Amino acid sequence: MAASTIKNAELFLNLASPLRLKHIRSSLSNSKYISVCSVCGSIHQRNFSKYSSAKLNQRVNIDKGGKPSHKGWHSIIGLEIHAQIKSASKLFSGAGTQFGMSPNTQVSLFDAAFPGTLPVLNQKCVQAAVRTAQALGCHINQVSKFDRKHYFYADMPAGYQITQQRHPLAVGGSLTYVFQCSTTSRVERRSARLLQIQLEQDSGKSLHDLENGISLIDLNRAGVGLMEIVTAPDFTSGDDAASFVKDLRDILVTLGTCDGRMAEGSMRVDANVSVHRPGDPLGTRTEVKNLNSTKNIRLAIDNEIERQIEVLENGGIIENETRSFDAEDGQTIAMRDKEKLLDYRFLPEPNLPPLVIHLDDSTVPSESSSLFVTLRRNGSGYDNFCLPEQQRLMLETKYGVPLIHSVVLVRHGLFDLYEKLVSNHNCDTRATTAILKTSYISFLDDQRVDATESPVTIQQLAQLIHIFQRGEISSSSLSIVLNELSVSSQLSCQTIIEEKGLWMVSSNEVILAAIDEVLTKNPQNVKSYKKGKVNQLKVFTTKVMKILEGKASASHIQSLIKDKLDKY
Amino acid sequence: MLRVACKRLRVFSTRLDCLFNFQHCAKDFKPAALYASKVPDKPTVDSIDYDSLPELPEIDLALVEQLERISLVEFNNEAGLLRLREAVKIANQLHLVDTDGVEPMDTVLEDRECYLRSDNVTDGNCVEDVMSNASKVEEQYFVAPPGNIPMKKRDKDHLSNILGKKEEEDEDS
Repeated sequence: MAASTIKNAELFLNLASPLRLKHIRSSLSNSKYISVCSVCGSIHQRNFSKYSSAKLNQRVNIDKGGKPSHKGWHSIIGLEIHAQIKSASKLFSGAGTQFGMSPNTQVSLFDAAFPGTLPVLNQKCVQAAVRTAQALGCHINQVSKFDRKHYFYADMPAGYQITQQRHPLAVGGSLTYVFQCSTTSRVERRSARLLQIQLEQDSGKSLHDLENGISLIDLNRAGVGLMEIVTAPDFTSGDDAASFVKDLRDILVTLGTCDGRMAEGSMRVDANVSVHRPGDPLGTRTEVKNLNSTKNIRLAIDNEIERQIEVLENGGIIENETRSFDAEDGQTIAMRDKEKLLDYRFLPEPNLPPLVIHLDDSTVPSESSSLFVTLRRNGSGYDNFCLPEQQRLMLETKYGVPLIHSVVLVRHGLFDLYEKLVSNHNCDTRATTAILKTSYISFLDDQRVDATESPVTIQQLAQLIHIFQRGEISSSSLSIVLNELSVSSQLSCQTIIEEKGLWMVSSNEVILAAIDEVLTKNPQNVKSYKKGKVNQLKVFTTKVMKILEGKASASHIQSLIKDKLDKY
Repeated sequence: MLRVACKRLRVFSTRLDCLFNFQHCAKDFKPAALYASKVPDKPTVDSIDYDSLPELPEIDLALVEQLERISLVEFNNEAGLLRLREAVKIANQLHLVDTDGVEPMDTVLEDRECYLRSDNVTDGNCVEDVMSNASKVEEQYFVAPPGNIPMKKRDKDHLSNILGKKEEEDEDS
């Protein structure tokens, strides 16, 4: 969060020809700069310094798979996810939605709430929400309505947000996601219910300049379409909720309805957290607002659970309140506005007639000049892709990839590549999984490219996998070859391996020489092995590996060492 | 609460319809009345039986503070509080309207479908227009007072005095 906010802030500063804004830059370093959550309209103080990793390590991790943890307390979490809809123009106006533009340039008179302007709904936003709802198995209300949710805040010029409170676009549905524990390698499938999906407007952004006692308002984001996805309270821990959000993000990105860039604020999550004793009624919930990375979701929720348990154990009571998460301290902080004091005064939006989703083309009025959205899509070829869960299932059933690996492969968009490598290029499934999930992903990360923009062709990759599966190259050499391929793409894998001398050492003589060297240098360890300390074998193996630069099979070395020592 | 309010609205609009029809007929017979307003010639005075209405809700200090917060209007004197009580009293008359079997209505356009436009950028890039009404501007940003500053915690003693006094009077009468 901190990092992303810095990025945003810098972006703002750069764009704003910052003569007058120098004080802001200086106050950045003084940590007096404040970022504002514009959706809930409250201030979250943040220090714009780097995340302290020491503090991160203080985090609590309590997921025991829903089992009572923490001295017999149960925690329950529900999420509200605000996903920005990927559209060229805003939800109700024709202004653009590009991120990081010069302040107040992507604003129409409607977005600035000029009197006499009226909302005109964007068909693409409706379509995106309908597609998302269909993918999540929701029931789509063929008639939904818009409401005004009132609050006074400078980044919401109309004084209200147009949303769908009473008759949302879609209700129900569920999502099967893969729970990933952040401390152990545990993975399992879980399912969470959804309550509703609604369309609503995003708010503008405020930059607070405390030194001068002013807020600077940029309305570029005001009026961008949001899908608010509300889940049932089906989560038990920070890991659980974060895993869900990761999977939901993958689905939205696959559908193309949201770009999923959490660092740019394209997805923001509010978490409702409560704790109770098993058997007791649910506890009072608090809401942690505006979490915009999966890491922050996990940390904030776990921290809030800890805090609530501590308060209750000490005989206190939990107040129904809104809190924000300070990524710097890893703590949640109460916000000034208590929830019970807020009155949103929901009213029907009189300027927008009911939104109708047609079953198919037949019920669409022919004389209307309006665009329309239908539930059944004919012949547009939209649904020719697999959702992440289907991809994982394919990998598991067809190629025997274990869940823990299929999650990684699918998340990095390597499903198509995997299919092609195995079915068109005859690659071994295990070798392909091994290479893709480690060396290849870190290679892509280093190159800062997507799976689709990889500089290495599929033929080269297949060649490399074949060499690897024959055991002619070690896994540590893979990244060297990949990097070399990206620089000089015309070379073949063999040439590179030859040039860099990366072939596995196959002659036993070289290995035995290395073993001799190690054994003579470490007589102490040999002695302790003789006394029965078998784990010394591993010590020897790593030392030998180091001499051979990793170009030999570890198990082979170990067996050779064992032979040698037993003959001593 | 909202639904009830909508029901009332619907009934009122039905009443208005009757009024329009009446005017329509009147046009044929009385050309002089062509430009007459929609306001009836004579005031209709209904006597309201206040006893049949729900009792006025208790207006305590917390409620006044809440109303001040959300309406940005201060009720900082006796007149203000009286006005509030009267407003609630007047609004209570709505309970007399019979809304049985009337579907709540959101908008007079509710038999229409929401118009959908195509996703094209047709607007924006008009910073000057957008900021033309702003009293204070900095580097293309609007300048606003910092954050959501809650109303100052004023001394509410005078209010509790008024409230206390009113209640005593009520009891007396």
